[in-house]
Amino acid sequence: MKRVALVGMPNTGKSTFFNRATGASARVGNWPGITVDLLGAKLLLAGEMVELVDLPGIYDLHGFSDDEQVVRHFLENNPVDLVVIILNATQIERQLSLALQIKQLCLPAVLLLNMADEAQKFGISIDAEKMSTSLEMPVVMLSAKYGNGYQGAHQIITRAIQNSTPVPPEKLQVLLAADDQIETDMEAVLKQTVQVPVHLSDNLTTQLDRLMLHPWLGLPLFFLIMYLLFQAIFLLGKPLQDGVGWLLEAFKQDALEPMLAGLPAALHGLLIEGIYNGVGTVATFVPIIVLFFLFMALVEDSGYLSRAAFLMDALMAKLGLDGRSFVMMLLGFGCNVPALMGTRVMRSRSLRLLTMLVIPFSLCSARLQVFVFITAAIFSPKAAPLVLFSLYLFSFAAAFTTALLFKSRFQNNEPFILELPPYRFPTLRQMVLRGWHEVRHFLSRASKFIIAGVVLVWLLTHFPQNVAPGSIDTWAGMIGHFMEPVLAPIGIDQHLAIALIFGFVAKEIVVGSLAVIYGLEGSALTGMMAQQLDWVQAYSFMLFTLVYTPCLSTIATIRSESKSIPYTSFAVAFPLGLAWLLSFTFYQTARALGY
Amino acid sequence: MTTVNLETLKAGETATIAAVHTDRALSYRLAALGFRIGKRIEVIRHGRFSGPLHVRIGATDIMLRKKEAQKIEVQTLA
Repeated sequence: MKRVALVGMPNTGKSTFFNRATGASARVGNWPGITVDLLGAKLLLAGEMVELVDLPGIYDLHGFSDDEQVVRHFLENNPVDLVVIILNATQIERQLSLALQIKQLCLPAVLLLNMADEAQKFGISIDAEKMSTSLEMPVVMLSAKYGNGYQGAHQIITRAIQNSTPVPPEKLQVLLAADDQIETDMEAVLKQTVQVPVHLSDNLTTQLDRLMLHPWLGLPLFFLIMYLLFQAIFLLGKPLQDGVGWLLEAFKQDALEPMLAGLPAALHGLLIEGIYNGVGTVATFVPIIVLFFLFMALVEDSGYLSRAAFLMDALMAKLGLDGRSFVMMLLGFGCNVPALMGTRVMRSRSLRLLTMLVIPFSLCSARLQVFVFITAAIFSPKAAPLVLFSLYLFSFAAAFTTALLFKSRFQNNEPFILELPPYRFPTLRQMVLRGWHEVRHFLSRASKFIIAGVVLVWLLTHFPQNVAPGSIDTWAGMIGHFMEPVLAPIGIDQHLAIALIFGFVAKEIVVGSLAVIYGLEGSALTGMMAQQLDWVQAYSFMLFTLVYTPCLSTIATIRSESKSIPYTSFAVAFPLGLAWLLSFTFYQTARALGY
Repeated sequence: MTTVNLETLKAGETATIAAVHTDRALSYRLAALGFRIGKRIEVIRHGRFSGPLHVRIGATDIMLRKKEAQKIEVQTLA
């Protein structure tokens, strides 16, 4: 099969083009370095199956950071029939160097000048035909985001792939030398083909930056924006969540119960109280999670993440981190796994490891479900949002404290240079894709971990056979009893102990397993929990859940990214210790104060 | 014709890049971002609390730390 590679500088829209060409849903965002791994998909070009590979953005082919190594390694080891170079047309002045580097390698290539819409807005005019002649490769203008010019790009790629012969990888390993030559070539091509107005500025971006990066207002604005986003998520999400809960309950009463009435009691219990209640309780959170990621996509696409990096860099530097570390912590609020992978843009291993140590403290969307659930059950509607907000503060505090404690062990001299892309809006299509992607992600986690988890919890709380379900004599009770010396001082009873153990695998199971452990769901479940737990216990449980190991996938990612078992063990052990210490301090202090 | 390091420029000042004194790896990255000798560079703002600089070269806005800015020599236009 023929292979086409997408190459370009970071944040030029390679993944957006890739998604449009293949119908895939690679993650896109207005942040240099959102793609850090290879992504392949097959598509039909001129009656022939072709593999299209989306490569991480690179500044040049010399490759010093991990993500650049990925690209170089790929090109050196895989025969490529065609390189599709994607450059940001508004920044053609500097990005053209990459096209010339590719040309120097004698790779068959076509050049796509993306963001033609923005270039036009900025008054930059490019003579694509002339450029094509002087570069000796086809050149097309397009907007991958809105689809203008996509047809032309498609045609040119199809034509190019039919006539191309791959360059043997060995030949590429003899790499490029003369950068000076490229400089001269670049000037020559630009002079002939590109016209840039003298005073070029995106007024909207300049004006927004004046406000967003304001010396005094910048940071307060940042926190205000975050706070409003979360308020909006819950304001919109809560009714949807209640709606889903109502539908699931109605389905159970009117369809499931009558249908399964004839089954033996144990099987009936497993299916309804185990799987259906467990998974159903988790499923009610899907609307909130989808909303959460829609807003997240809006923030990522807007270009605001780079501004957050600018605002926070001074503080992060004092913690031995940099602005990118902070952005990865923000991305971690969605899911820790892509945030951990996002650290690949860092060249210094120490900086990467320190950042990866603090990312798991980011209160991810799975933990958010647990906290929304418990705060709704235990706290008054007025107090609940504040309690939730306090957990976000603890999330930051745990991360910052950890960085401060260990920065001397992970010292680095990494320079910090980052593009500030113009503000952009995602298209509706991109937002819908993202929402759908998250639903799929949930379904795959549900089928992998959540069902298995709730079934196991059900078995543990209902066996051996002749004891009262959920009592101290069940297997779950025994485990809880065994853990008591450790968990009693932090106020976690045997019911919650089981939930915590399974939370190690995935936080979604915590909510599901609570439904199973108490054998209830919906308002009956929250009512029961309110009876059994006081607020000090509940908060202690949430603190522990926040800080200890996020989930098995996160641990696996830390392992594969760090390639170090000692580091990974430390990254699991330290948060576990910190979680216990934090909960212990909170619980004992609160009790001593008479709460 | 005096040259100063980039960090000393105030917000709103424009200069021409005269030299980049960094190691090879960083100079490649800087070059790819537009830091090439002879290019015009404008300082947009300085971050608070000794934070990074926000500069503009051509159509690209870039932030960089003071430490890196000190390694970039610029020639003021006046």
